[in-house]
Amino acid sequence: MAALPKRILKETERLMSDAPPGISAAPNNDNLRHFDVTVAGPDQSPYEGGVFKLELFLPDEYPMNPPKVRFLTRIYHPNIDKLGRICLDILKDKWSPALQIRTVLLSIQALLGAPNPDDPLANDVAQNWKEDEKAAIAQAKEWTRLYANGE
Amino acid sequence: MSSDEDANDYFEYEDDGFEDDEMDQEAPVKKDYDVAYNVKTLSQVIDMQKKAIANIQTVLELDASTAAILLRHFGWNSEKLQEQFFNDPSKALTDAGLSPPSSPSAHTSPLLPPTASSSTPPRITRSSKRVATPATTRSRSAVSIQTSFECPVCCIEYPAASLSTKTLALGCGHRFCRDCWVEYVVGKIRTDGESAKIQCMENGCHRIVKGSLIDQLVDPDTSQRYRKLLNEAFVSDTATLRWCPHPGCENVIECSQAPPRMLNQIVPTVTCGCGNELCFGCGFAASHRPVLCKLVKLWQKKCADDSETANWLQANTKECIKCQSTIEKNGGCNHMTCKKCKWEFCWVCMGPWSEHGTAWYQCNRYDEKSGMDARDSQAKSRASLERYLHYFNRWANHELSAKLDADFYKNTEKKMEAMQQSGNLSWIEVQFAKQAVDTVIRARITLKWSYCMAFYLKRNNQTELFEDNQRDLERAVENLGYLLEQNPEPDSISKLRADITNQSAYVQKRHDILMDDTLKGYLERRWEFSVDI
Ligand SMILES: [Zn+2]
Ligand SMILES: [Zn+2]
Ligand SMILES: [Zn+2]
Ligand SMILES: [Zn+2]
Ligand SMILES: [Zn+2]
Ligand SMILES: [Zn+2]
Repeated sequence: MAALPKRILKETERLMSDAPPGISAAPNNDNLRHFDVTVAGPDQSPYEGGVFKLELFLPDEYPMNPPKVRFLTRIYHPNIDKLGRICLDILKDKWSPALQIRTVLLSIQALLGAPNPDDPLANDVAQNWKEDEKAAIAQAKEWTRLYANGE
Repeated sequence: MSSDEDANDYFEYEDDGFEDDEMDQEAPVKKDYDVAYNVKTLSQVIDMQKKAIANIQTVLELDASTAAILLRHFGWNSEKLQEQFFNDPSKALTDAGLSPPSSPSAHTSPLLPPTASSSTPPRITRSSKRVATPATTRSRSAVSIQTSFECPVCCIEYPAASLSTKTLALGCGHRFCRDCWVEYVVGKIRTDGESAKIQCMENGCHRIVKGSLIDQLVDPDTSQRYRKLLNEAFVSDTATLRWCPHPGCENVIECSQAPPRMLNQIVPTVTCGCGNELCFGCGFAASHRPVLCKLVKLWQKKCADDSETANWLQANTKECIKCQSTIEKNGGCNHMTCKKCKWEFCWVCMGPWSEHGTAWYQCNRYDEKSGMDARDSQAKSRASLERYLHYFNRWANHELSAKLDADFYKNTEKKMEAMQQSGNLSWIEVQFAKQAVDTVIRARITLKWSYCMAFYLKRNNQTELFEDNQRDLERAVENLGYLLEQNPEPDSISKLRADITNQSAYVQKRHDILMDDTLKGYLERRWEFSVDI
């Protein structure tokens, strides 16, 4: 494998030594561009108390192109679909090479705290969210308890 | 600046022998429903931009790249740009992705971005080592200018001495190394196809990268690609321009008489310098006269959606009255169950099976209300389908004929050769046959679209007149087609020639009548359609 660019080495180093609260990210031993990530559900959100596993991959074009991130833990969220794909502008057209893995993970954590059913990825979830927010939140809590218990 | 004046005094259309001279300038229009237009070559389109940029440069006293960015932001509307710029120059510049020239950031180069706004996704400062406290730009850059610079994107360190050659900041002051800029800009152009709106690399910064800088950064091939993308953006941002859709043609049509709001009363067919026709209104790569752009679009969508529908009518099927899905009868049992919605009904009377009790295999309920209603709704949906197919089949028939045009020409050419030999006619004397073929082909295209027109027309007296004209043209074309198929016998050639010439003139006349009346009808608001136009 080609040597890692300095940028990735620096980011990895800092993620390991000084991770943002509620977030962990460690490179995979087999592939240093592949990170195992956990994000804690933000307080006062339906995901509070849950620990969500994600995978993050840095493509060859990184940082000119955004990292690829996906939830591995099942989650009931209008902007995250069944396959764990995330609808987040900075992971697509709003990506800037000045953004970092850190920023991306913080944004994902923020997305858990502020679901946006008007820009849905998971249409059925967004629909429920709009029609009956209470029930949707209860469902999200239930899924958090069932799937995001850190096991 | 008036773009019309421009067009006349600056961009002369080069006559390449394909066109009438009329097309050169916005010359007197032939018919009320025709539009005036110019055909422009790619280099003329480039000149149009250069001229607009030069004009703004002079009037607003700006450099060319800045003028270009402003014009692109204002959709090439020079008047609007000047108005806004005179009102509030710094707002105009900022909106367009440029900071005002008086701003210190345009000349100094702070090494660190202004603290990101605290809006939605949380942003964190990139390198906490260097962001001590939010000091003023001046003191920060003063301090860091002494030390080395680490590019925030690649994390490579650059000694202070190489700052001006190896690194680069736009007017916003966000500094990155040159290598990163190159990679970024090349990726935007080559992969994302961006041109006029390439922004600063900093997250959330809307500063536009100027064309002059892009040309300095990228290789000649990418630069060429960039210019091409800019041209494309220019044409698509300018409402009075449209690319010729014909393959291999790089011409652009300029027409100011067919804005979208006029498209409910005109069909702006134009002929490009490449010799092909197109619709300026919708970009259709042929004439679709006499049908309005919107109806063409509806029709094409309908034909695509209904191709399956058309097939099942041919087969022996019925439609489920609950979900309209198709049901084929299988075996002798009249008890049918829709595979899709599970509705159970009787094949004979179409009524609900639940009302049939135990009368298996035989239906004596044909007159019961439930069955009659069901057959009614089935009949209606059939009738509307039959109606569509009536027009569609005629439309498709002419569409198919058009695909065989090449053969038509080839066969006619053979006959023309035969006539030259056996009938002792000169080359000039047999050209009538080719002209007749041209007439037939042209008339068929018009007929084809006339069936789309008829499908959407409401039934009334006007529509009947339309269909009379349509029928006359259809017959005339058929007769001419028949004459053209005849094998010229030596003793009857001169008669055949006279017949074809006469019939050809008659087709042309019927064609013009149909076209003229239909297109005028829009202007006179004579047509009523079953859909909104
Ligand atoms: Zn760099
Ligand atoms: Zn910037
Ligand atoms: Zn053309
Ligand atoms: Zn059109
Ligand atoms: Zn059904
Ligand atoms: Zn029955």
